[in-house]
Amino acid sequence: MSDDENLKFTPLDALHRSLGAKMVPFAGYAMPVQYPAGILNEHLHTRAAAGLFDVSHMGQALLLGPDAAVALETLVPGDLQVLKEGATRYTQLTDDNGGILDDLMATKRNDGLYLVVNAACKDADFARIEAKIGSRAKLQRLDDRALLALQGPKAAEVMARLAPDSVGQKFMTLRAGKIGAFDCWFTRSGYTGEDGYEISVPASQAEGLAKLLLDQPEVKPIGLGARDSLRLEAGLCLYGHDIDTTTSPIEADLVWSISKRRRAEGGFPGAARVQKELADGPSRKRVGILPEGRAPAREGTEIVDAAGNKIGIVTSGGFGPTVNGPIAMGYVPASFAQAGTPVGLVVRGKTLPAKIAGMPFAPHRYFRG
Amino acid sequence: MAELRFTKDHEWIRVADGDVYEIGISDYAQSQLGDVVFVDLPEIGKQIAKGGQAAVVESVKAASDVYSPVGGTVVGINDALSADPGLINREPTTGGWFFKLKTGDTAQFAELMDEAAYADYVKGLG
Repeated sequence: MSDDENLKFTPLDALHRSLGAKMVPFAGYAMPVQYPAGILNEHLHTRAAAGLFDVSHMGQALLLGPDAAVALETLVPGDLQVLKEGATRYTQLTDDNGGILDDLMATKRNDGLYLVVNAACKDADFARIEAKIGSRAKLQRLDDRALLALQGPKAAEVMARLAPDSVGQKFMTLRAGKIGAFDCWFTRSGYTGEDGYEISVPASQAEGLAKLLLDQPEVKPIGLGARDSLRLEAGLCLYGHDIDTTTSPIEADLVWSISKRRRAEGGFPGAARVQKELADGPSRKRVGILPEGRAPAREGTEIVDAAGNKIGIVTSGGFGPTVNGPIAMGYVPASFAQAGTPVGLVVRGKTLPAKIAGMPFAPHRYFRG
Repeated sequence: MAELRFTKDHEWIRVADGDVYEIGISDYAQSQLGDVVFVDLPEIGKQIAKGGQAAVVESVKAASDVYSPVGGTVVGINDALSADPGLINREPTTGGWFFKLKTGDTAQFAELMDEAAYADYVKGLG
């Protein structure tokens, strides 16, 4: 790791090291890839109880002003004007060709929007937002805030114990309130397919909050390794792998994130391509893939048809601890996208049988109350 | 148990029987890999050169090549690993062996690091 000296550190860096984390560079930050329990145990613990993730490397910002939602809609296909205060929406920043520059969460506030974007894209995202709509809404970076995720079927019990303000909170909404003694914003959302919360807290308070959460008997620290296997089982896209500037939201099977009004009206970069793909169907589609044997098919694996012709590529692939087998996602022509379609995966020169599969691989267990 | 020798790529090798050697990966290697979920073993009868790619071990996170510490012919593989690849984590230098190799050049073995030299080598990796 020759660029160690250029790495940035999250406010929980010392805590990770004291917990025995294996630290790796990720998106310019030193991040915990796993703790001594290991990725497999961390993954299974999150699905059985609750896991705490440090995602402070992600970009947080406020977009302030009465026009924030209307203005940001010129850069994303998501419906932001419909959001009531406290409601969160998943959407994408698109480019003029309809490719995806990043995916993000936007939450309506009384003074504008609260945004969470990917670490590797945050500088470019914020620069683009300022350049394109800076005259209509004021972007304020929140580099002094940390972000933690508490995920798993016991997350709500933990929150009810420490944060009475969280009781009754609905999926994809944000509340501001205390967790223990710490002033936080918590969104009922996540990246694991489980019920859970993403918690924004001032950086100076992050370690105290993390220790309080880790003191709860249900909660263990979880690294980026398990975060990746959890999101893959949940069928969720990883930016830079499953989605990028070459993939449109329609190809990426993110149609659900674009409302009827926005599909009809357009008004975001690349709307022409998105509308054409909505009308005619995309030429290729992001799909789930289940290898039939035990061998994982990693990112970059060629997908072939029965005659051995290359038809696509795996964009994320590995072992799903809850599925207890290999899982993958990738892009194939629309004619191959039906669940159950047999395909081949070329792994180390051998073509292994696989089938297109519906996602998620592990059922979502979001709070729907 | 017969004496173990090690490579810089973290494979171990020991005499199984005469000119037949048993090969696997070290405790250090398995700890670096993390939970092993799949192993791709060579076919019996395959000829492998010294340092040649012999097997692939996959953890949750990534795939890694395993190289043969000596040259020879594969005469056995550890079938138990396909059902329970976690053996490589739990018993790296015993039940987690990968394959057996018959070699015509038994002198290769003595050129490899012994346990003390390997321990020093691993310490040097920080």
